[in-house]
Amino acid sequence: MNLIELPWAYFGIGAVWLTLMAFLVALPCSQLGAYLVLRRMSLVGDAISHSVLPGIVIAFLFVGDLASPWLMLGAASTGLLVTLLIEQIHHRTRIKQDSAIGIAFTSLFALGVVMISLKLRGVHLDAECVLEGSLGDILNYNTVAVMGLDVPTPIVTMAAVCAITLLLIVVFYRVLTLSSFDPGLASSYGYRPVWVHYALMAFLSVVVVSAFQAVGAILVIALLVIPASTAYLCTHRLKWMLVLSGVHALLSSVAGMYLHVWINGNQAAATVVSGLVLFLLAWFFGPADGMATKFVNRRNKEFTEPFV
Amino acid sequence: MSTPALETHDLTVTYHKRPVLYGVDLAIPEGNLVGIIGPNGAGKSTFIKAVMGVVPGSSGWVKVFGKPLKDMRHRVGYVPQRESVDWDFPVTVMDVALMGTYGELGLFRRVGKRERMIASESLDKVGMLPYANRQIGNLSGGQQQRVFLARALAQDSDLYFMDEPFVGVDAATERAIIELLQEMRAQGKTVIVVHHDLQSAQQYFDMLMLLNMRLVACGKTKDIFTTELLQKTYGGKLTILSEMADKAAKSSF
Repeated sequence: MNLIELPWAYFGIGAVWLTLMAFLVALPCSQLGAYLVLRRMSLVGDAISHSVLPGIVIAFLFVGDLASPWLMLGAASTGLLVTLLIEQIHHRTRIKQDSAIGIAFTSLFALGVVMISLKLRGVHLDAECVLEGSLGDILNYNTVAVMGLDVPTPIVTMAAVCAITLLLIVVFYRVLTLSSFDPGLASSYGYRPVWVHYALMAFLSVVVVSAFQAVGAILVIALLVIPASTAYLCTHRLKWMLVLSGVHALLSSVAGMYLHVWINGNQAAATVVSGLVLFLLAWFFGPADGMATKFVNRRNKEFTEPFV
Repeated sequence: MSTPALETHDLTVTYHKRPVLYGVDLAIPEGNLVGIIGPNGAGKSTFIKAVMGVVPGSSGWVKVFGKPLKDMRHRVGYVPQRESVDWDFPVTVMDVALMGTYGELGLFRRVGKRERMIASESLDKVGMLPYANRQIGNLSGGQQQRVFLARALAQDSDLYFMDEPFVGVDAATERAIIELLQEMRAQGKTVIVVHHDLQSAQQYFDMLMLLNMRLVACGKTKDIFTTELLQKTYGGKLTILSEMADKAAKSSF
């Protein structure tokens, strides 16, 4: 059998949907992740991804549908709650930020798990799904007709989240960048970096909860941090960093599909492993900071410098 | 008398309920090069940040050219401490200079040809135009400070606040910076600089603000650069300091 057609042989058109879903999840994560990495807030991403759980559970109790937009609202509010909690613990006590993160998100996560076991036993919102996600499930959802194609509903939702994320990043590019690089100058312009911080966190929560169902609470962190870090090693320009993060998301979701079919395992994990391979490649061969690149540059310098 | 460039009344800042700056009252006339002098922890940076509205928890009022700051932001430029930003950030020298035009641009307008022109000219003035496409991490401390200064020039303000622009720069850059500041003053701009080196303070600035949590004195350098006031600012224990002030006073006659 031809290797290239392997996923098709397994899933038929489903292979396209699964790969597309992985990409649509990875893309907005990669873009927000770039700013998280630059703001040294990767761990806050971690915190949000775990603490959205009680928000999802509460919203689920009211609407009873995992694909409902209300779930995003619930999740976004607990996402914001955890960032507020972290700031408050950090500012009002002598406890440092890393410990504050540790306290805030684990307790919210535990609260969510308790709520699931109390109220929702038997409902498909189990701890395994929370941790690992289940991309394959999207094929069981209802479909909507988009341009003559039957598209699974989660893909349509995710495409919308993805489009809004990209739009917001383009529109607020300058504000986001300046507030991340130099909050002092930003506030001297009247930009309010604190609001930028909370807006970013709120939106991150929305993206994380939409990604949550597909890849789970742990792997979403990988989708936030790995593409951005890979791109960071490849370029010294922010715009290219954002573009390359997107390319990383695309490559790892396609490669992840193949790996998934090959090992017959979890697709989300396969996507992250593929992304990790790309990161290692960037580490060694990245044009900006790669070890091999630095080595070559140093050798060239040794050859040229004595003659200068 | 014309309206002062900067006027503060009872400016007080508290961090974690502990006051770090008490009741600063001053007025600084336009067209002066002013040094803020004081020991570590005297609230020099805090004063600037409070005036710019960067730190919360301040009380009292600030007027810039006779109006509240929020109506005058476009006339005020700010140069934060060099160490306050991450120099590994993936932006180029040009990108940083362009940030100086963001105030004029507002929230949504895109950077265009005009902004690039302004940024290039500003970089040229500090001798950093040849480095425009470099990532900012690949610069020396002095070059980084010049880039920050270029960004301030691109802001084209009338009143500038600069936080320790002379820290960690080489002698050539220090000279270049002070010449630039004097040129700005000659154009009628007011520049307020946090400075830590007493020896050069006397030569560089025509006005001084002596600060140690409270304002000890504020006025013309020749009037207030005295042993008595410096001792009051730094605490009497610094004899070396007073000797230096004596020497400095003698040499200026």
